[in-house]
Amino acid sequence: MKLTKLLASAALVAGLATTAMAEKTKVGFVYVGPVGDGGWTYEHDQGRKAVVAEFGDDVETVYVENVPEGPDAERVMTQMALEGADLIFTTSFGYMDQTINVAKKFPKVKFEHATGYKTADNVSVYSARFYEGRAVQGHIAGKMTESNIIGYIASFPIPEVIRGINSAYIHAKKVNPDVEFKIIWAYTWFDPAKEADAAKALIEQGADVILQHTDSTAPQAAAQAAGNVVTFGQASDMSEYAPFPRVSSIIDDWAPYYIARTKAVMDGTWSTANTWDGIGAGMVGIGEISDRVPADVKAEAMAMVESLASGDYHAFTGPLKKQDGSDWLAEGETADDGTLAGMNFYVEGIVGDVPN
Amino acid sequence: MDLSAINPVLLIASLMVAATPLLLAAIGELVVEKAGVLNLGVEGMMIIGAICGFAIAVETTNPYLGLLAAMAGGAVLSLLFAFLTQVALANQVASGLALTLFGLGLSALMGQSYVGIKPPAMAKLDIPFLTDLPIIGPILFGHDPVLYVGLALTAATWALLKYSRLGLILRAVGENHEAAHALGYHVVRTRVLAILFGGACAGLGGAYISLIRVPQWTEGMTAGIGWIALALVVFASWKPWRVLLGAYLFGGINVLQLNLQAAGVAIPVEYLAMSPYLITILVLVIMSADKSRAPASLGRIFHASQ
Repeated sequence: MKLTKLLASAALVAGLATTAMAEKTKVGFVYVGPVGDGGWTYEHDQGRKAVVAEFGDDVETVYVENVPEGPDAERVMTQMALEGADLIFTTSFGYMDQTINVAKKFPKVKFEHATGYKTADNVSVYSARFYEGRAVQGHIAGKMTESNIIGYIASFPIPEVIRGINSAYIHAKKVNPDVEFKIIWAYTWFDPAKEADAAKALIEQGADVILQHTDSTAPQAAAQAAGNVVTFGQASDMSEYAPFPRVSSIIDDWAPYYIARTKAVMDGTWSTANTWDGIGAGMVGIGEISDRVPADVKAEAMAMVESLASGDYHAFTGPLKKQDGSDWLAEGETADDGTLAGMNFYVEGIVGDVPN
Repeated sequence: MDLSAINPVLLIASLMVAATPLLLAAIGELVVEKAGVLNLGVEGMMIIGAICGFAIAVETTNPYLGLLAAMAGGAVLSLLFAFLTQVALANQVASGLALTLFGLGLSALMGQSYVGIKPPAMAKLDIPFLTDLPIIGPILFGHDPVLYVGLALTAATWALLKYSRLGLILRAVGENHEAAHALGYHVVRTRVLAILFGGACAGLGGAYISLIRVPQWTEGMTAGIGWIALALVVFASWKPWRVLLGAYLFGGINVLQLNLQAAGVAIPVEYLAMSPYLITILVLVIMSADKSRAPASLGRIFHASQ
């Protein structure tokens, strides 16, 4: 008798606890770097904090940092799903197949994979049109370089990074026909020492503008130490290096998207989507262009930001040729999203091969 | 391809800088392993050194105090390892791994208010006449003092292990701790001191990254150098000069491959990116074809009652 009573009340308590838990929407985040990287992961975590601020007690967020892009990511996602996450954001390109695999096992959990292209019934993808920001950077870089050598620290040879190189190159070349790009593939998203070495190597070889597609602020520090080298903030504003060497930046603003998707899960209206927003929708922000940029260049850059935001101008507008000299876009033609999403070639003028 | 874009003098100068953190951590670990202890916590001690050094250098605006703090920080953390493995007789592999995880977490916590701050600069060596020499000047006489400390430490470790009584005791403890104990040497005390030395070296190596090489504080900024240092000690067959060679090879090829990429050399980037690991291992493995081997008591737990 006593035992049954005990069991019954235990069950009741457990039941209550589950209902109390169920009212909370649990959102998980898988990060590739540390939240304090000052770049990519930092901005995703700002998005997470915005979700907490928006929904307060109705939402519970969990995150795991420094998750390698490999089998370990699958373990982390599975763990999150088992712990009752309703929605999981996997925030790096290299989590693509892992996200799809885990999503198959947990059909009721919604997954959102950043910068990828594989979707499923419960997997959405989202990304930002960073190449629009790269166009602005390329313009400023082309105008400001005196050695006509622009260094580019690339991470991995994926379409996202190649788009950025192409976009920056096209717009630098447009304003400065003599410009040359030196590209270093670091094969890492985050390794401050290596990024610093890469920046130093580029500077030693004459680059006076450094663009980076890696996540730490180490290249900024290297440029500052060298003195007369221009940089741009990547993923985050990196304003601690403003007004020089950092003269502008690309800022990822995930907060509105994360809030909207969490809301959709709460309301039960979530469905698979393929979101790719740019400056216009506010997912890509252009950090303040500092006064070290000449006023006329700044005005041109601002005008470009305006036209990219309104859609009057597309960063990949013909005539453009591929690196091998074959035609890609005719006069006035703009690139379609499919080609951009899978971009694996350089445009004409860039020296070197895209690694496989 | 434009190889003339690479300035060999600047290249050699920057490869020495790139190799130093690795060298410092590896020399420390070499002494620890020579004493028969396997401390896998190098990465954790390095990152603790990186943040301790950075924080103290920023607060006192004195980079040298920062370096001392880094050594103290690394040593204090290694003391935890020493307690676990030498007093509580815990498993060394597990304790070392735990030390790394603990160090990474603790450093992230300690470093929260130091993100985005610029540390005080450390003066580079400037000897009138010598530093101004062409070629030799920038390579030999134009660096920060820590780089020379690393080189001096290598020589000192080699001499100490090979010629001194202290080195002999250390090696005896590492080769056969029962025999050393029977001869009346303090096995545990020797090992604790070695562990502390290893911690201080790793801490200094970490601070070299946060104060000189990068210089800034970012979470997780050692990014695996501690693990490379561990591997280096093994591939260098526990010999100080080979550790130096390995560190300079690894650091050097890393800097060289970045330079080759920037110069647009027609070697596929994938091969360039893996070359530091490949060549360093290859060279050291070939060199270790002689009869060198690990200290016999490496990783074994010692208790006087056994």
